[in-house]
Amino acid sequence: MMLTDFPLFPEQASTVAKQTDALFIMLTIVCGAVSVLIFTMIFVLAIMYRRRPDNELAQEEEAPKILEATWIVVPFIFFMATFVWGSWLYFRLARVPDNALDIYATGKQWMWKFQHPTGQREIDELHVPVNRPIRITMASEDVIHSLFFPSFRVKADVLPSRYRIMWFQATKVGRFHIFCTEYCGTLHSGMIGWVDVMQPTDYQKWLAGGSEGSLASQGQALFQKYACNTCHTEDATGRGPVLLGLYGSTVTLANNATVVADENYIRESILSPQAKIVKGFGPIMPTFQGQVNEDDLLKLLAYVRSLAGPRTTTPPKEPKS
Amino acid sequence: MTSVTYHDVQFLEPAKTRNYLNVDYGALSWLLTKDHKRIGILYMVSISVMFILGGFFALMMRLELLTPEGDLLTSDTYNKFFTLHGIIMIFFFLIPSIPAVLGNFILPIQLGAKDLAFPRINLLSWYLYMIGAFTGLLVVIIGGVDTGWTFYTPFSTQYSNTHVIGTTFGAFIVGFSSILTGLNFIVTIHRMRAPGLTWYRLPLFVWAMYATSLVQLLATPILAITLVMLMIERFIHVGIFDPALGGDPLLFQHMFWFYSHPAVYIMILPAMGVASEVVAAFTRKKIFGYTFVAYSSLAIAFLGFLVWAHHMFVAGISVYSAMIFSFLSYFVAVPSAIKVFNWTATLYKGSVSWQTPMLYILGFIGLFTMGGVTGLFLAALGLDVHVTDTYFVVAHFHYIMVGGAVMGYFAGLHYWWPKITGRMYPEWWARLGALLVFVGFNLTFFPQFILGYLGMPRRYHAYAPEFQVLNVMSTAGASILAVGYMLPLVYLLWSLRFGRKAGTNPWGAVGLEWTTSSPPPKDNFHETPVVTWEAYDYPAMLKAMGETQNV
Ligand code: HEC
Ligand code: HEM
Ligand SMILES: [Cu+2]
Ligand SMILES: [Cu+2]
Repeated sequence: MMLTDFPLFPEQASTVAKQTDALFIMLTIVCGAVSVLIFTMIFVLAIMYRRRPDNELAQEEEAPKILEATWIVVPFIFFMATFVWGSWLYFRLARVPDNALDIYATGKQWMWKFQHPTGQREIDELHVPVNRPIRITMASEDVIHSLFFPSFRVKADVLPSRYRIMWFQATKVGRFHIFCTEYCGTLHSGMIGWVDVMQPTDYQKWLAGGSEGSLASQGQALFQKYACNTCHTEDATGRGPVLLGLYGSTVTLANNATVVADENYIRESILSPQAKIVKGFGPIMPTFQGQVNEDDLLKLLAYVRSLAGPRTTTPPKEPKS
Repeated sequence: MTSVTYHDVQFLEPAKTRNYLNVDYGALSWLLTKDHKRIGILYMVSISVMFILGGFFALMMRLELLTPEGDLLTSDTYNKFFTLHGIIMIFFFLIPSIPAVLGNFILPIQLGAKDLAFPRINLLSWYLYMIGAFTGLLVVIIGGVDTGWTFYTPFSTQYSNTHVIGTTFGAFIVGFSSILTGLNFIVTIHRMRAPGLTWYRLPLFVWAMYATSLVQLLATPILAITLVMLMIERFIHVGIFDPALGGDPLLFQHMFWFYSHPAVYIMILPAMGVASEVVAAFTRKKIFGYTFVAYSSLAIAFLGFLVWAHHMFVAGISVYSAMIFSFLSYFVAVPSAIKVFNWTATLYKGSVSWQTPMLYILGFIGLFTMGGVTGLFLAALGLDVHVTDTYFVVAHFHYIMVGGAVMGYFAGLHYWWPKITGRMYPEWWARLGALLVFVGFNLTFFPQFILGYLGMPRRYHAYAPEFQVLNVMSTAGASILAVGYMLPLVYLLWSLRFGRKAGTNPWGAVGLEWTTSSPPPKDNFHETPVVTWEAYDYPAMLKAMGETQNV
């Protein structure tokens, strides 16, 4: 019975899994062959030339010198090919496809919390639709963790200092492991869960079951609770910049440098506003470090992200301070 | 010339004078010794104790992993055990193993020198090692530490409530022992070579030790400063690595691996040096491509400094920097491949003897190859994303560190044992030990490659049930491995009293260490040797020895 569930190869359940496995299998074949070759050579030569009374001393003849060049050049070419292949795959993993579904994750000792854009929250369990790219924005509330989906061949460390982003597209309906792969203390090996890949219709049904409103709308409530809206108004009358259309746009800073307003920029703007001051504004935004927890931060992020619309970058005429 | 055959040569009888072991007696004559050979022995005893302790923790872990549930140890205990296992094996066993034991003993003799350049500093190194080791033991006794040997922040600085400061202090101190040994070797190799012993006549072990020493000298200070920063943050909460205090946790990883990747080469380069010596001695042949092998050691030492972030491909570094580190990692693989192929080619038309040191080294070449090629998997960026921090990595680094470095240490230990003690170990028992180690090792660690690819994360106290069969195999292998390691402990001790007398040159090998008596006299040589032959030049050496004989 035990032998029947005794896999030797992990299930392939995502679009990249096949590509990762292809590289793995190529390397296994080539490197396996090289290892076998070395073992065989050692064995054969050590037996052929074993010490006998008539060869107490080695013959002076050496293996041909051209070998030296061969085993520098040939492996090197192979190494470079592997390098290119591995990098290609890594780039693929780094580029999130458009139309991805946004999921937010927080790791904390010792559980995974997932939030759906529509507001559903779950712990150590993640429901996603099949055949749709899923993009996970994640941060840690304490130490470093690492979110690993072995069947999808993806993992990324989850940091307490900034957002990390990973994505996958599941190709199979089913339940697959979630592991934490960065040692994080006592119950590191208990920081595990399941990802449930469902048909899109089932996912819709699942979503319909209870939620406290979408993440963005929860974020909007927090935006009021933390009184962000007192400064960030919807027109240019507030003391802070208008956040409409901020996400993804290019922001000019007080020192004339520019940054792209991505997740980590928004995070930093809230936690350490003094780090980068938007051109035309004073350093008056208070820090929310220690006041907003990771969950709320993610909701605020979702809200700011949802504020679509053309960016009105025109700073107020008189710098308000 | 070649007209001298091996049988014509009668090797020198051991000198009837006193040797380094019996010049004087008593604890103080050991504890205050400045003799590099005695200091080597002091190290040998200390690291053996550490190896046993580290091995104990490993066995307990393997027993725990027999079943998927965490039932034998509590999670906290398991975490402490893998941490202590890692710290002990790396900082207190493997890093000092070949350099401080065999290097200390053999290197000056191979150079035809009376001692290292700074004998007192050499003794100081051992005391620093002991202070570090006792600090480590104290930590074990008062409750242990659970950060993993990597001490990642902010876990180590804020969240762990075990003895982090004590442990890092121990590692900090032992680092200085390593720095001083490296310094001592570099100066000795530059300044104290016998007349006629030019750089290209040096045994390859010396080249390897030279490269190792450079790394010890240049990399270890980075570890020291990193650990100090860690202690400061933990102790007085200055924000360096902890984001809650305004620090950057990735900074720690960069600094840690800037030392710890080169440290991998501190562990493996010396074993490569031993491999070259043993292959030459047990084929009675000059190493194929001597200069390539010599320079590949230096190339590894240099390139080893440029690849540290390959441990951080999923940690949150930029895509482009990851590419650069991946690219450079493939460069380090080249000199390693050169060595493997050159050793193998040396067997061709050699006079291959299947004695224990050679068995260990033949195993070493094969296992190091497997450790090396699985490194190619890890350096391939997209693939590393899947396998990093799983058992694949555990298998990979044990193939390098245990299949490679520890096998190298055991090979060297057997090869130079007759020189060190004046006694032969029992050959058949030793061969049995080597075989058990080889079989046990593969059974322990090969299944872990599969486990890793299946997705079993490392540092897991409990695991998913479908991983059990492979884990049971691994634990079974570990028990065989344990027996394989216990055997030498027993028969080597036995041989001290009952072993056959070794004579000056039991292997019929070349090299200055085989021209002096076993055990060597206190000053190593009765008169300063003059070197007139190339390294591993069997015909010339035999001729020289024959002439000495005829005088
Ligand atoms: C006291 C007024 C004030 C409050 C309250 C305030 N902010 Fe700000 N905020 C500012 C000012 C002024 C700036 C521009 C200067 C700077 O970059 O620090 C700014 C900048 C920002 C930016 C970067 C905008 C850009 O155009 O690049 C974001 C995002 C932001 N705030 C979000 C928030 C959120 C979320 C809250 C509530 C948790 C909040 N702010 C509360 C005043 C405020
Ligand atoms: C002798 C047989 C050995 C066995 C059975 C063994 C077993 C193990 C096990 C089970 C782990 C834990 C893996 C994990 O969960 O991540 C481990 C980790 C480790 N081992 Fe070994 N090991 C052995 C020898 C060695 C030796 C000789 C060395 C080095 C010289 C070594 C170095 C390490 C290191 C550095 C770690 C990582 C520790 C950490 O993650 O903090 N091991 N070993
Ligand atoms: Cu964890
Ligand atoms: Cu490394």
